[in-house]
Amino acid sequence: MDLEAQSITVGYGDDPILEALNLQIPKGKVTVFIGKNGCGKSTLLSTFARLIKPSLGSIVLNGRDIAKTATKKVARDLALLPQGPVAPEGLTILQLVRQGRYPYQNWLNQWSVEDENIIRHALKVTNLEDLSDRPVDSLSGGQRQRAWIAMVLAQNTDILLLDEPTTYLDLAHQMDILDLLFALNRTEKRTIAMVLHDINLACRYADHIVAVGDKKIYAQGAPEDIVTAQLMKDVFQMNAEIIVDPIFGTPMCIPHGRGRNLLKQRQQENTQTERPQSVQ
Amino acid sequence: MENRKYHALRWNKASFLVDRKALLAGIILAILFIIVIILSLGLGDVFISPVEVVKAIFKQSTSLNNLVVHSFRFPRILLSALAGMGLAVAGAILQGLVRNPLASPDIIGVTSGASLTTVMFLTFSSSHEASSMNVSIQWLPVASFIGALFMGGLVFLLSRHGFSAIKLVLMGIGLSAGAKALTDLMLIIGPIYLASQSSIWITGSVNGASWSSVVFLFIWSVVFIGLAQILTRRLNAQAFGEKVAVGIGNNLKRDRILLIILSTALAGGAVAYAGAIGFVGLMAPHMARRLVGSSFGSVIPVSALIGGLIVMISDLIGRTVFTPLEIPAGVFTAAIGAPYFIYLLYKTGKWR
Repeated sequence: MDLEAQSITVGYGDDPILEALNLQIPKGKVTVFIGKNGCGKSTLLSTFARLIKPSLGSIVLNGRDIAKTATKKVARDLALLPQGPVAPEGLTILQLVRQGRYPYQNWLNQWSVEDENIIRHALKVTNLEDLSDRPVDSLSGGQRQRAWIAMVLAQNTDILLLDEPTTYLDLAHQMDILDLLFALNRTEKRTIAMVLHDINLACRYADHIVAVGDKKIYAQGAPEDIVTAQLMKDVFQMNAEIIVDPIFGTPMCIPHGRGRNLLKQRQQENTQTERPQSVQ
Repeated sequence: MENRKYHALRWNKASFLVDRKALLAGIILAILFIIVIILSLGLGDVFISPVEVVKAIFKQSTSLNNLVVHSFRFPRILLSALAGMGLAVAGAILQGLVRNPLASPDIIGVTSGASLTTVMFLTFSSSHEASSMNVSIQWLPVASFIGALFMGGLVFLLSRHGFSAIKLVLMGIGLSAGAKALTDLMLIIGPIYLASQSSIWITGSVNGASWSSVVFLFIWSVVFIGLAQILTRRLNAQAFGEKVAVGIGNNLKRDRILLIILSTALAGGAVAYAGAIGFVGLMAPHMARRLVGSSFGSVIPVSALIGGLIVMISDLIGRTVFTPLEIPAGVFTAAIGAPYFIYLLYKTGKWR
């Protein structure tokens, strides 16, 4: 399954969100889009998922323009998990995960043996088998996100696109979700592309990082190759140290910021402003 | 997945997953439905026992009973049931589409459009002196129907560009308000008796039902409720919101159009024959969801049964409890419905 953007421009007029952007999603790998708020990384993911139609250029899936392919057919090759999805009130996990089979079903064929097997598998890998009859809105944040991932898995696609799958989760659950996605990539060979905010987690889990900035791709490549202090300065407009992650050896970003230096700075400022007074 | 809650049905390429709880609820409601029909047929100025009612249905009772059951009560009861079913399913579809449990057929302008054309019709038919009234009253449903579909269509067309659920709702509210203003204007400038006649229609009444209207509404409801049942998977998909719906391969725009047409047609048909009966389209889907959860495969049929029951019971109370006065069914759907609805919202803590 090949997915690529061919010189896409998203948005109109003099100030588009993305401009003449080319990007190929590496097959069978984990790709993470990073960039500061409003840089267009979510827009890029949404365009790949056909939620947004580019004003110029096209998204090509297996050599075919995605805009000209039946949406149900696309949904068998490419699944999307948007940011913060909300299930209808009272819907159970099983009912949610069943929706993932939508592109394979019709009104006469709503529960084939294949549907059942794939849903069972999706519930198993997300560790939700025992909770399948629980309403989605009664779950904890981490469980709920796993339920949504199970729905996307039930689509049985080669490509998974996820928009900030770890938002609203505490660190332990963020790790849990990313470990799950990484395992799906390594054991089931699914291509994963997602937007993440946390640079350190992005570096740990990504094979390929795409840094989006200024309407185009600022840099892309393995985290070790591209995540540098210069990149942090250019893409996030922030000074940072890049050190080596003590556990995995991947790049780790320590932002400078001001933090506890606040008081020191104040003292310095005070002595600077007081000095002329003391002279008097 | 073969467990207590579900049962898989498969033949060749066809396969379904049956929710046991929903099936049970459906069967119980269907039995209740039949019981209420039989009770309603027996109650009224002339009391007929249930056994005689069943006989009379097959024209095996006394000639008086046969007459009362067949000519007076049966068409009216069936019409109220069909109207309730149509409104309930229309409401269920809209609530899924707009992703808001407070949506009802009123918001897409169907009711107010029908009210407007009905009052227009009554105004113009009565202005040609007394003789024309009795000729034209049978065309009243046609007038209401045209108004309902026209208004539903207008709301839909105007919100078509960059179509979103919220746009549909706002457009519906706006146009409804306009139509209501016109209706009020006509009532005020028209003759006095027009106002009382119209107000009965606007509240919703199945008085004066005929077999021909029953047959028409029956065919209409079977077709559109049937279509709604076939499209429940798409409605389920839409209820997840645009992004998820597109992600799983739902043809968002096309299915929205289809579902709105269905909802307008069902509400329009119901309103045309039974008047603007309020609250059923809001209440029935709610009760259905509380009974069987939020999967539309179960919600649609269960809503239909509940909606039919509500209007049948309301009409039964309206024509029996306050004899010789006859109260329109719509008074009771609102009088019982509104407090129940507030209780529901309060109990489920949805008003935070």
